[in-house]
Amino acid sequence: MRYDSPLAAVGNTPLVRLPRLSPSADVRIWAKLEDRNPTGSVKDRPALYMIEQAEKDGRLTPGCTILEPTSGNTGISLAMAAKLKGYRIVCVMPENTSQERRDLLAMWGAEIISSPAAGGSNTAVRVAKEISAEHPDWVMLYQYGNPDNAGAHYATTGPEILADLPSITHFVAGLGTTGTLMGVGRYLREHKPDVKIVAAEPRYDDLVYGLRNLDEGFVPELYDASVLTTRFSVGSADAVTRTRELLQQEGIFAGVSTGAALHAAIGVGRKAVQAGEPADIVFVVADGGWKYLSTGVYTAQTTEAAIETLQGQLWA
Amino acid sequence: MAIEVRIPTILRTYTGGQKAVEGGGKTLAELFADLDTRHTGIQSRIVDEAAGGELRRFVNVYLNDEDVRFLDGINTKLTDGDNVTILPAVAGGMA
Repeated sequence: MRYDSPLAAVGNTPLVRLPRLSPSADVRIWAKLEDRNPTGSVKDRPALYMIEQAEKDGRLTPGCTILEPTSGNTGISLAMAAKLKGYRIVCVMPENTSQERRDLLAMWGAEIISSPAAGGSNTAVRVAKEISAEHPDWVMLYQYGNPDNAGAHYATTGPEILADLPSITHFVAGLGTTGTLMGVGRYLREHKPDVKIVAAEPRYDDLVYGLRNLDEGFVPELYDASVLTTRFSVGSADAVTRTRELLQQEGIFAGVSTGAALHAAIGVGRKAVQAGEPADIVFVVADGGWKYLSTGVYTAQTTEAAIETLQGQLWA
Repeated sequence: MAIEVRIPTILRTYTGGQKAVEGGGKTLAELFADLDTRHTGIQSRIVDEAAGGELRRFVNVYLNDEDVRFLDGINTKLTDGDNVTILPAVAGGMA
């Protein structure tokens, strides 16, 4: 494969069958390796697409400043694209975000504004909206509500999967901004009305949820429940267990949120086996494990010890 | 009929600090009404009576890890030994 520039190399990722983790010969699990994108995550797709759509409709012009609430992959992808395209970028992230993440963003030239740790990403979103109101000339692409986030997956990820695996029966992905599930889900539904779209939502332990107020919750503006067939809550223990199985049995070194998606994929696969139905289940490997190495989940002697290391931490 | 209900930190003021309590009922609506008899006030934090008794917007409820909004919502049927988890809706942590 040959591309004219690094940004042109976003997408066209491999789809690989997992022979050891698939439940049977005709209930097969396939991994879409989104860590093979230029900055190492699925977020390169929506980041580039949101920027290029904003350029097309004139919201982004040379010299503009991009603002985004992000503590992770979207910021890294936006910062890389902004650097190559000559935009200034400001990221709003919770003050308790790890040094590794801050360094990754700084490396690409992003400026960082810290939001209070209390309330986590919900608070980062609120602070970014306030800053946006103070700086009307800054462009907030806003991944949680920008239709071009889902649009990137509708235009690229969905078609790639269907072309590689026309027999797909289930699509499983993590639920964050909901962009991957909304975009791929809509595309697949239009071409295969019977396809099942399954969300794997991270469930953290109490330390993370803390005293979140039930009246001030957050549902991304992009979220449309009618696109999904169902939605599973996957706890840290299952996510860590599957992340380690994926590494040890199939040799794929993925982030912990991928373990959550794999857990839901295997659950769906077991149901298909019980029902005696063949299935081709695709799940998304959202990123590699590099950014989570310091958590110790990959190197812990036992899965129990690995689960212990993740107590109180965000992992998706 | 015993159903284990996992309670989020924010609602443990109603359960004397307990992380999980037991309850009974043939549906989720019955289960929350049953919980309210021992943990007064908890039902109205989960269910929006003004909206016809549906779940509140920022409250997610899971039956055996599956979001009940994709089952039968507040009328989802329960059986003995089920696990119910209540959680606040939050933004993706590292998006």
